[in-house]
Amino acid sequence: MNNIKLNKELILSLYETMLKIRLFEKTQERVFKTEQEGFTHVYTGEEAIAAGVCANLNKDDYITSTHRGHGHMIAKGGNMKKMMAELYGRLTGYCKGKSGSLHIADFSIGVLGANGIVGAGIPIATGAGYSIKLRGTSQVVACFFGDGAVTQGTFHEGVNMAAAWNLPVIYVIENNLYMVGTKTERVCKVCKNYAVKAQGYGMPGEDIDGNDVIEVYTATKKAVERARSGKGPALLNCMTYRHSTHFVGDLDVRDKQEIEYWKARDPIKRIEEKMLKEKIITEDKIKSCRDKIQGMVDEAVEFARKSPVPKPEVALEDVFVE
Amino acid sequence: MKTLTYREAVREAMREEMRKNEYIFLMGQDVGPYGGEHRVSGDLHSEFGEWRVKDAPISEQGIIGCALGASITGCRAIAEIPFMDFIMLPMDQICNQIAKYLYTFGGQASVPLVIRTAMGGYIRAAEQHSQCLEAWFIHIPGLKVVIPSTPYDVKGLLKTAIRDNNPVIFVEHKYLYGMKGEIPEEEYTIPLGVADIKKEGNDVSVIATSYMVHKALNVANKLEKEGISVEVVDPRTLVPLDKETILKSVEKTSRAIIVHEAPLRGGIGGEIAAIIADEGFEYLDAPIKRIGAKDAPIPFPSVLEDFILPSEVGIEKTIKELL
Ligand SMILES: Cc1ncc(C[n+]2csc(CCOP(=O)(O)OP(=O)(O)O)c2C)c(N)n1
Ligand SMILES: [Mg+2]
Repeated sequence: MNNIKLNKELILSLYETMLKIRLFEKTQERVFKTEQEGFTHVYTGEEAIAAGVCANLNKDDYITSTHRGHGHMIAKGGNMKKMMAELYGRLTGYCKGKSGSLHIADFSIGVLGANGIVGAGIPIATGAGYSIKLRGTSQVVACFFGDGAVTQGTFHEGVNMAAAWNLPVIYVIENNLYMVGTKTERVCKVCKNYAVKAQGYGMPGEDIDGNDVIEVYTATKKAVERARSGKGPALLNCMTYRHSTHFVGDLDVRDKQEIEYWKARDPIKRIEEKMLKEKIITEDKIKSCRDKIQGMVDEAVEFARKSPVPKPEVALEDVFVE
Repeated sequence: MKTLTYREAVREAMREEMRKNEYIFLMGQDVGPYGGEHRVSGDLHSEFGEWRVKDAPISEQGIIGCALGASITGCRAIAEIPFMDFIMLPMDQICNQIAKYLYTFGGQASVPLVIRTAMGGYIRAAEQHSQCLEAWFIHIPGLKVVIPSTPYDVKGLLKTAIRDNNPVIFVEHKYLYGMKGEIPEEEYTIPLGVADIKKEGNDVSVIATSYMVHKALNVANKLEKEGISVEVVDPRTLVPLDKETILKSVEKTSRAIIVHEAPLRGGIGGEIAAIIADEGFEYLDAPIKRIGAKDAPIPFPSVLEDFILPSEVGIEKTIKELL
């Protein structure tokens, strides 16, 4: 675990964010199977990245998200009830229940959309960065995507443009070693130390332990400060691992030992151990914290269950705006 | 009135709108000091500067994605794709992202952007620089599609497209850029979804788009001397489509021919023909005819290209067959 000293409140809030994501996702895995339609990809095991990155962002900063996006939304301050209602396809959901798990967005807090197309959010984030430059504000954009998205052309195009024009965008790779069932190293020569790619585009890059929330927080802080002061983008390659299958209900082709290795490096367990050791928290406080958050998640589920399903005609709304 | 080329009319529309709203910007390859691959942006870079008239790398997905990202965060982008053939590269950004952003996120974010692109053959540019792909986009809900044929129309429609809060695929024509036309001195706009009768007539309705409007007009003027009265209808925008004007014209003439430059198969002619058949069947005294390119890629030498693309001779022949 990283030794950098952060103040106690900050560590506690990072922990709380991670726990919110974990308990939301654990609950989602359970209710999805019997109560929802569609597909859902959960973020368990990767919580430190969303938490560490978004703790550096203001409400009016932007993020772009992915098919595995619930964690980003929670970390950016999203509303669990509206999110759960969306996963249930209810009218009270973020997208009126039209789009579900892969397409959560909340423009009021700068979440510019999760995305079902791998890599598509990268140039969109670049464009939000362009807009910040043109409008002359000091906002920044955090662009989340997986190690699989790095093999898309959009990565090359979007990152190159941001570097060329010094746009305030932090590109965050959630490097969980896999793209569905294919280990990324089988299809991409340089894939564990993606930071070297940053150099090729002319921006700083860092390979980070993505399961260490303090390391993610600290690296992002540096990148965000740099971006806010007009010095341009950065690339953060966060090594991590998903605890779940690719999507809920998918088969798992991963090596058992590999899964065990990574579960032992569970980001939440690690921060709990650190906090206990440094007496930032007690076992009792951990328990009460978990109970409190589980209560919030359960409320979100109840809200979703009780929410109305959309009338069929809702399917014709929002094709065009006035 | 003043005389402007189609190219100048596009530029004037952008200039006027950009002067009104400092968050409108133009992005594309060579739109800056070079003045545009078809010389459309001209001197805009010197008036508006680096961030409002932005030279982009050869990254079509990057350009269109960037235009989207900027347009959902307070700006209005005009992205230029100088040959419509290149629009195949950012199709995901256009069709999966831009067209669906408003819908997918339940109406949270509108996408006020314009993708300006130039289609069309007759310029001996071969298979990858000549295509007309407008029909692809009418098939994607969430996109408006504009296809102007004259300097007057292109200016008025582009100003409206820039002000529209929805994404607009704005299809110019390379062959038309040098064409001159009369334009009012004072400001004007043209609403989307209003067709224009380019020439009135009684014997047959020719519904034509873009450069084909001019071919149809040439034929109509020629046939007028032979006593055949041709009405030329220019829909001007395909989404929204002004069905009423088209149907009214067919009601008057009882005969319909649709002419577009894109290949016949899967072209917008099929859509318009279906609308006439569905909603105006009782007006018809003859089968609906469609004219489009033959179903082959577009070769470059004149002898081959002219054989593939619609011709005035072909339009005339079809009209005479129908009467
Ligand atoms: C353009 C595109 N190709 C393929 C897919 C199918 N797909 C969905 S998720 C995924 C894997 C993405 O891997 P990565 O970016 O590493 O994210 P992870 O799932 O590992 O979080 C694939 C191939 C898709 N959604 N979009
Ligand atoms: Mg992955």
